[in-house]
Amino acid sequence: MTARVQTAADLEAYRKKVQAKGDSQRKTISVCAGTGCCAFGAMKLAAAFEQALSERKLQDQIQLRLTGCHGFCERGPLVVFHPEGLLYQRVKPDDVSEILDETIAKGVIIERLLYQDAQGQTYQKEDEVPFYKNQMRVLLAHNGLIDPTSIDDYIAVGGYRPLARVLNEMKPEEVCTTIKKSGLRGRGGGGFPAGVKWESCRAAPSQDGIRYIICNADEGDPGAFMDRSLMEGNPHSVIEGMIIGAWAIAHPGRPEGYVYIRHEYPLAVERLGIALQQARDMGFLGKNILGSGLGFDITINRGGGAFVCGESTALMTSIEGFVGEPRAKHIHTVESGLYDKPTNLNNVETWANVPLIIERGVEWYTSIGTGDVSDNPWGGSKGTKIFALVGKVNNTGLVEVPMGATLRHIIYDIGGGIPGGKKFKAVQTGGPSGGCLPESLLDLPVDFDKLTEVGSMMGSGGMIVMDESTCMVDLARYFINFLADESCGKCVTCREGLRQLGIIVKRICAGEGREEDIQLLSDLSQTVAEASLCALGNTAPNPLLSTLKYFREEYEEHVKEKKCRAKVCKALITFTVIEENCTGCLLCKKKCPSQAISGEKKKVHSIDQGKCIQCGVCNDVCKFNAIRVE
Amino acid sequence: MDAKKLNTILDKYRREPSALLAILQDIQDEENYLPKDTIRQVAGELGVPLARIYALSTFFSSFSLEPRGKHICTVCMGTACHVRGAPRLVEHIEREFDVPAGQTTPDMQLTLETVNCVGACALGPLVILDGEYHGNMNPAKLDRVFRPLKKKE
Repeated sequence: MTARVQTAADLEAYRKKVQAKGDSQRKTISVCAGTGCCAFGAMKLAAAFEQALSERKLQDQIQLRLTGCHGFCERGPLVVFHPEGLLYQRVKPDDVSEILDETIAKGVIIERLLYQDAQGQTYQKEDEVPFYKNQMRVLLAHNGLIDPTSIDDYIAVGGYRPLARVLNEMKPEEVCTTIKKSGLRGRGGGGFPAGVKWESCRAAPSQDGIRYIICNADEGDPGAFMDRSLMEGNPHSVIEGMIIGAWAIAHPGRPEGYVYIRHEYPLAVERLGIALQQARDMGFLGKNILGSGLGFDITINRGGGAFVCGESTALMTSIEGFVGEPRAKHIHTVESGLYDKPTNLNNVETWANVPLIIERGVEWYTSIGTGDVSDNPWGGSKGTKIFALVGKVNNTGLVEVPMGATLRHIIYDIGGGIPGGKKFKAVQTGGPSGGCLPESLLDLPVDFDKLTEVGSMMGSGGMIVMDESTCMVDLARYFINFLADESCGKCVTCREGLRQLGIIVKRICAGEGREEDIQLLSDLSQTVAEASLCALGNTAPNPLLSTLKYFREEYEEHVKEKKCRAKVCKALITFTVIEENCTGCLLCKKKCPSQAISGEKKKVHSIDQGKCIQCGVCNDVCKFNAIRVE
Repeated sequence: MDAKKLNTILDKYRREPSALLAILQDIQDEENYLPKDTIRQVAGELGVPLARIYALSTFFSSFSLEPRGKHICTVCMGTACHVRGAPRLVEHIEREFDVPAGQTTPDMQLTLETVNCVGACALGPLVILDGEYHGNMNPAKLDRVFRPLKKKE
């Protein structure tokens, strides 16, 4: 293991050394080892590359690198060849020999592995692919380049230089001011100015000097995975942000760090653990960091699968070893948080922004985004934001854009629009606390304030696209059930109110809705929002209210006409055989779990409506488009 | 859980009650669930009320107080999976194995669980069987995934 780096000069010398080592092996094959690509078989692919390279005795000339998430999950496993920047997608272990013998040895491009867009155009270079070209990747810039388990890789691309600068050249207060001036707002969803929080925490009295620096990595919003990808792909950027925070907020006191991370993210826990140990070994964590006198270390706490623990006070209670129930915030956590000490909590993406701001300056950072933050940190949304673009969209993946990019730009220019020629219906942002926005709002610039104005919110950055086959009432039911399940139960309005909302929406989906139900939903929603203690309850009705606002006609159809236009709500749909299309192949009959289909070979089948359970299996298996759903 | 193993876990966290969550996670990793006798011992060793451990183990969805099956099937219920048809997958497995979500088959072969999101949205709807991810599922494709299990029965 490397010796401790004692000073900023040591660090620069070490950087030169690792950079020189990298230069001697310029040719690199980068295999994406994010969760998405791993699920598509990236590890088997990497093993195949390793074996094939050693068979050809190429391992000294060509470096194989397992990197973090490249973002284009839809097309995994992804392989990028450096320095050319050639991108191959959906690569299988069987392709490896051909790649080495043709592409690597002779420079011949294998057409079938190139990305092809919906119009049939193919692209060779990663940065020419529209999905990447239309993004502004600064936080994710190094994700596809560095091996997340190698601190040398991070140092080679300039890592820990911002930390050295802060510790050598800046007073803690100056760092707080810099972050405040940058306009960085909390990426976990709240959008609170980070610099303001840091200053308040620094100013709060602490008798023994202890201040807690926490990273909230309990990314619970379904459909959001940007924090996971940062931790898996570039864990040192998060750690470096936290160390800078410790200096700014607590030096010369006794800062202590925690990362609270979801147990559903085992790979992120593992990579962060490795990174922390490397940072300790190199002397970026521990006593007297880079000779500055700062002492700081970080502990990992794994969550237990409770959504509410993403709420700051619930998270702190959970770290203390109790059930994660939120508490009232009349005393702010910056004054009395974890173990009643001043505590500063920021989200993963917020922390990862910090080294960037230090490295590239406030002027650069404020040139990106919306509004003016020169004398009011609430005056705009600055920097970039990573979104998880998922659902009914062609290019599922992680997308980083400047604040203020429009929904249309994200969904169509980067996301490639809706698959299967279907029509866009809505986009859901902000997770279970956010709302569903209709087509008429597609040109909305996305920032903290604009999203709130239209009844949604930024949240942590999940962006779920829906087409005409999504039922908005069913979606509202999904979110209400989710939140009713995740409510900690402390406040009656949240615990019982959500349960009642769930019963009403379920009734509507079952075709038993009453005329007064729609009004009842909005009245009850208001009570839940106003009378609950924490953000879970306060924002819980958002998915319901926004669908009521923008898609009211769907509720009315369910209630009055007993009709589900998206053909999702089982009680309101029937499956029948289209006689002219049915070839009598017997497949649906064989697969039907309720024996509702009768028919003989080469004769038209029929479905017994009394036995049909609307499971849709017949429609899934039919090759002749002979099942009608209405 | 045998006393030696339990002691190793408790010592790892210096027997601090604040580490209860981590201790329970380690026990569950070893045993696949939280055995009654073991959590009684933890309560005694750490000097915390058993009720507090019970509260933790029922509050956090990752804990199970019942033994889980030989195979564990997790269906992702994230929003992206939901809009692509995840509920139909759960219903299908419930029907095929006659086991409600959150429970284990009487022969202890299969536990069916749901999770709020595993963040592999590009593969949705997604089913994880014994740690292996199966993406872009529909009920008909599920039968193929479960074929090895069905054979053993």
